[in-house]
Amino acid sequence: MTATTPAYAHLKDPTTVRRLLTAPTLGPLVALILACVFFSLSSEQFLSGGNFSLIVQQVMVVGTLAIGQTLIILTAGIDLSCGAVMAFGSIVMAKLAAEGSVPPLLAITLGLLVCAGFGLLNGLLVKGVPLPPFIVTLGMLNVAFALTHIYSEEQTISRLPSELTVLGDTFPLGNTDITYGSLVTIALFLLFAYALGATGWGRHVYALGNSPESARLNGIGTTRLTIGVYALAGLVYGIAALLLISRTGVGDPQAGQTDNLDSITAVVLGGTSLFGGRGTVLGTLLGVLIVGVFRNGLQLMGVASVYQTLITGILVILAVTVDQMSRRKVR
Amino acid sequence: MSETSTKAAPVLQARGLVKRYGQVTAIDGADFDLLPGEVLAVIGDNGAGKTSLIKALTGALVPDRGEIRLNGEPVRFSGPQSARQYGIETVYQDLAVAPSMDIASNMFLGRELRRPGPLGSVLRLLDKKRMREQAAAHMADLGIGLRSLTQAVETLSGGQRQAVAVARSVAWARSVIVMDEPTAALGVKESGQVLDLIRRVRDKGLPVVLISHNMPHVFEIADRIHVHRLGRRAALIRPQDHSMAEVVAIMTGALSVSEGGGTVVADTEAAKAAGVTAD
Ligand SMILES: Nc1ncnc2c1ncn2[C@@H]1O[C@H](COP(=O)(O)OP(=O)(O)OP(=O)(O)O)[C@@H](O)[C@H]1O
Ligand SMILES: [Mg+2]
Repeated sequence: MTATTPAYAHLKDPTTVRRLLTAPTLGPLVALILACVFFSLSSEQFLSGGNFSLIVQQVMVVGTLAIGQTLIILTAGIDLSCGAVMAFGSIVMAKLAAEGSVPPLLAITLGLLVCAGFGLLNGLLVKGVPLPPFIVTLGMLNVAFALTHIYSEEQTISRLPSELTVLGDTFPLGNTDITYGSLVTIALFLLFAYALGATGWGRHVYALGNSPESARLNGIGTTRLTIGVYALAGLVYGIAALLLISRTGVGDPQAGQTDNLDSITAVVLGGTSLFGGRGTVLGTLLGVLIVGVFRNGLQLMGVASVYQTLITGILVILAVTVDQMSRRKVR
Repeated sequence: MSETSTKAAPVLQARGLVKRYGQVTAIDGADFDLLPGEVLAVIGDNGAGKTSLIKALTGALVPDRGEIRLNGEPVRFSGPQSARQYGIETVYQDLAVAPSMDIASNMFLGRELRRPGPLGSVLRLLDKKRMREQAAAHMADLGIGLRSLTQAVETLSGGQRQAVAVARSVAWARSVIVMDEPTAALGVKESGQVLDLIRRVRDKGLPVVLISHNMPHVFEIADRIHVHRLGRRAALIRPQDHSMAEVVAIMTGALSVSEGGGTVVADTEAAKAAGVTAD
């Protein structure tokens, strides 16, 4: 702070180490590592490539939904319809392809468009009317759920062309088999981490979640941005629909019924604030993995499924409590 | 300054602006004139319509009727972005910052810089380093001391936050800066700093519109005073021609200003209560 140095010479970029230490994803990362250490000690099977590949496969669908959910929560919204929209999308893809009336790739495309359309409709209602996201997506949850059952006639659709299930195929990596679908999910996480963290669009999404009016006054087209985020989330749910089909090999009208809450759980565990404007998609990836590791580890330890749910519930409440307390310190 | 500026053409001018919100008429035929290089204070009671007026002048709201001219040319702002493109920058009453984002991000909000070449044009990659450097240079330019530009705005004190909002508008303004109560939340020291900032901006040659409830500040810094009352301009005066008590009386409607610039008692009772008389 001497007079000879420029007044902003001390305004150094923080070092990478410092950035990592102060990152909001540090908490979830530590939690994930602790969980892995704990389960490695309590079960021999836990620490193996095969088991990790299994965990990734188990969380792939919810993880992909959670990407769209993160986008929407960052804008201070919430999406209760994601699982139902995905289920409807998967039925559209499966039924069109199984009936053979359209080529499989067109069936996939139409399924993706249907999901994006639901997202667009959510966005139009949230921003255009405007209505609270909770109400809009609660309504859309029921609409998509009902359409799924009407269109599928409650039938599971099997004997699907290989294009719809190819993402469930595996390739060897060392002595582990990895599904192509896992790669798609990881690629989506990286893509959105980039879009949110390194582009102007990402900055605008955060600004919108901080305060829509401030964003507007700073020249950001908030209407287009909000509607775009919901539509984009819908498209991501469409990709989740394809992953869902590839994992089970069928079009299942009963699928995805708790996935809306599971995706919100992952987002919250990843340190994203439900009030909008704070959080990262990589945090969500950690949140997804935390849920996956706990469920898998507890299963290996022979803990019944309801207890896994119980523990997940406690984890969420803990995560939100920690988030609130750390934020109060800031203010 | 006022000698020449009274003859100069206004930088920003409005005639007959009207804005209704249902039953409420927020702007009721308001006129406005800002001269080159001046600090124009806009004063008025709570709810007089000051914020609405400047929102109309900065594109944040679209008036139902009336005309706005910038450097003599009629302009129509479709939104805040449009006014910003004309070089009009605003420090809004609630600052319009994104609290969870850092200082540099806030300074470049809505006009982020991208990396040169395909990294920027194709991959849309932000040039964070360049934005931080430019933000730092602007802060230093205005003598605003901050420890780090990567600090979230919510971790700053009220005065620092205000300084960030002011610095942002100063950095981008080309023709006019509008500040809506920039000292309202500040202590004595911080208010002094903001007033200093306003002087420095004026010395750079940019005209400043300052909305304030603080009479001593207004008299300290304003070249002219626009008194707003019931949605329109009640008077446009020079601080050296009137006492603070008179200006307050004009604001409350006890006095009004005649064509020649003298004051006329509009409400005898109120004027007596305020302890002012007409000249
Ligand atoms: N968005 C809105 N919807 C409805 N009424 C509004 C809106 N904005 C302003 N008003 C009304 O317009 C009038 C003028 O408000 P404005 O905020 O412009 O006053 P002001 O002079 O800035 O007041 P203050 O000194 O308290 O900031 C008030 O009666 C207010 O209630
Ligand atoms: Mg106001």
